[in-house]
Amino acid sequence: MILRSPAERKQLLDDRGLIAIVGASSNPLRPSYFVFRYLLTHGFAAYPVNPAYRDVDGVRCFPTLAAFAAELRPPDVVDVFRKAADAPQVTREAIQAGAKAIWFQYGVINQEAIQTADAAGLAVVVDRCMKVEHARFAGGLTVTGMNSGVISAKRRLMGAR
Amino acid sequence: MPADRRFGFRTRALHAGTPPDPATGARAQPIYLSSAFVFDSTAHATELFSLRSYGTIYTRLGNPTVAAFEEKIASLEGGLGAVATSSGQAAQIVAVLALAQSGDHLVASANLYGGTVTQFAVTLARLGIEVAFVADGDPAAMARAVTPRTKALYAETIGNPRGAVADIGAMAQAAHAAGVPLIIDNTFASPYLCRPIEHGADIVLHSGTKYICGHGTVMAGVVVDAGTFAWAEKHQLITQPSPGYHGMNFRETFGEYAFLLRARAEVLRDLGCCLSPMDAWLLIQGLESLAIRVEAQTRNARAVADFLAQREEVAWVRYAGLPDDPEFRRAQRYLPVGAGAILTFGLRGGRPAAVAFIEALQLWSHVANVGDVKSLVIHPASTTHSQLTEEEMAAAGVGPDMVRLSVGLEDVDDLLWDLSNGLQAAHGAALAVPTA
Repeated sequence: MILRSPAERKQLLDDRGLIAIVGASSNPLRPSYFVFRYLLTHGFAAYPVNPAYRDVDGVRCFPTLAAFAAELRPPDVVDVFRKAADAPQVTREAIQAGAKAIWFQYGVINQEAIQTADAAGLAVVVDRCMKVEHARFAGGLTVTGMNSGVISAKRRLMGAR
Repeated sequence: MPADRRFGFRTRALHAGTPPDPATGARAQPIYLSSAFVFDSTAHATELFSLRSYGTIYTRLGNPTVAAFEEKIASLEGGLGAVATSSGQAAQIVAVLALAQSGDHLVASANLYGGTVTQFAVTLARLGIEVAFVADGDPAAMARAVTPRTKALYAETIGNPRGAVADIGAMAQAAHAAGVPLIIDNTFASPYLCRPIEHGADIVLHSGTKYICGHGTVMAGVVVDAGTFAWAEKHQLITQPSPGYHGMNFRETFGEYAFLLRARAEVLRDLGCCLSPMDAWLLIQGLESLAIRVEAQTRNARAVADFLAQREEVAWVRYAGLPDDPEFRRAQRYLPVGAGAILTFGLRGGRPAAVAFIEALQLWSHVANVGDVKSLVIHPASTTHSQLTEEEMAAAGVGPDMVRLSVGLEDVDDLLWDLSNGLQAAHGAALAVPTA
């Protein structure tokens, strides 16, 4: 199922599942590092997947999704930071590893990958950033003047930084 | 949690960006008058400074009260988000410098506020950014003026002062065909009367000093981004590594938020033209009543325009809400609720009559401002547009006989009574100087 509404994306993040970041970089300027650090500092169970590293900032890095699933358990969400042409292969590996959802980051747009994941019953997010979406819903982006879409006279919960 | 319901304009004016305060439950928006905000740890500070986490750091970069205003105006304009600034002029320079650098180029309609013309023609030129001004904001001519270095098209919804209504849809088409965003200054219309993003504009600016504040108390500006423009390689400042953040790439990292975060984290940070939390609070109060103010002021303006159009002392009236106005048809498309509360007219007696008229008024305040709930009057040729060359003045449609009115919320009979007295004085002045 392709998750198109903000509410569906929020639910996926609220489930707080185990996240595999495929193509995570240890270069602090790369968006994948931004997302990895953000997820870690916001209490998510997120692990990098990249054959180039043994760890990123001291967090165990897995060479493949298969190794991730074997050592931990099948990931709930596979977050994809790879070029669009590589997305079908990553998708097949995610399905084999037992992933429940696949999240294609900004610019990772590949119709074959989207259809394969959808057909295999995975929840699919396309051309969105996990960090930006979380900050949108948790209120972090609100302090930078972003339009959250929230219209409510109820008091918001604290601690969503 | 974003609800699926699409709430109305007045509901959003009251609620967007200002839910009950999470810290205290305060129902009114608290004023967070604090320059700085404490970090949990040095690690937390590092994450915030590197933009890897979002949070409050220092009020020049962002502030909870300012953010509440930003979210409210972004919601009303239908934007993704907003960056508030210390004035409307500051909003312009922040928007332009987020996109353009030395060697770059803009195409602007010539129907602009005089201060914008000088900022573009003089200050931007000194920074190496060239602006082509296109007569009457003709979209086809704007398209022809585009060069390979053009970074944006620029216009005002209702041009200051002559009241020309921008053909936003056609300008957006011209901009997008050239691969650049359309920036619209929506100050005179306010989001109640026109939401340029709905017509294809990408970035919307305001002088918050005018209708958003509404009470003539604060200086403010704001940049709203639709968040839908497809930034391409030609927009180097958005899509290339930034030396301001060790080579981080805004588009790659922030996607649809790239422009807003660059405008905030680089341009606003470096220029320092931030909005005060106190002033943001006054703007929030203003937005809560924007719809009813602008609606009532527009009604008064129509009555004033009808009155002036029937007076012998008046040579012409320009108000896009009048059926015989050259802008009427375009106003029907872009300003269907009403053509706003600012209008211009010419006195048969020329400059001396205009001067006598303004000086004879008792109720209309003679000030260089618009959008106040009090009625305002000015002679543009000797004030707001006086720094322009004769050619620029002609292009902006500013003649010596022109008077600009910003119609307020007073009883309309009182406004017409005062105007009537002014017109008698103008008539006397015209008789005294028959050659004028």
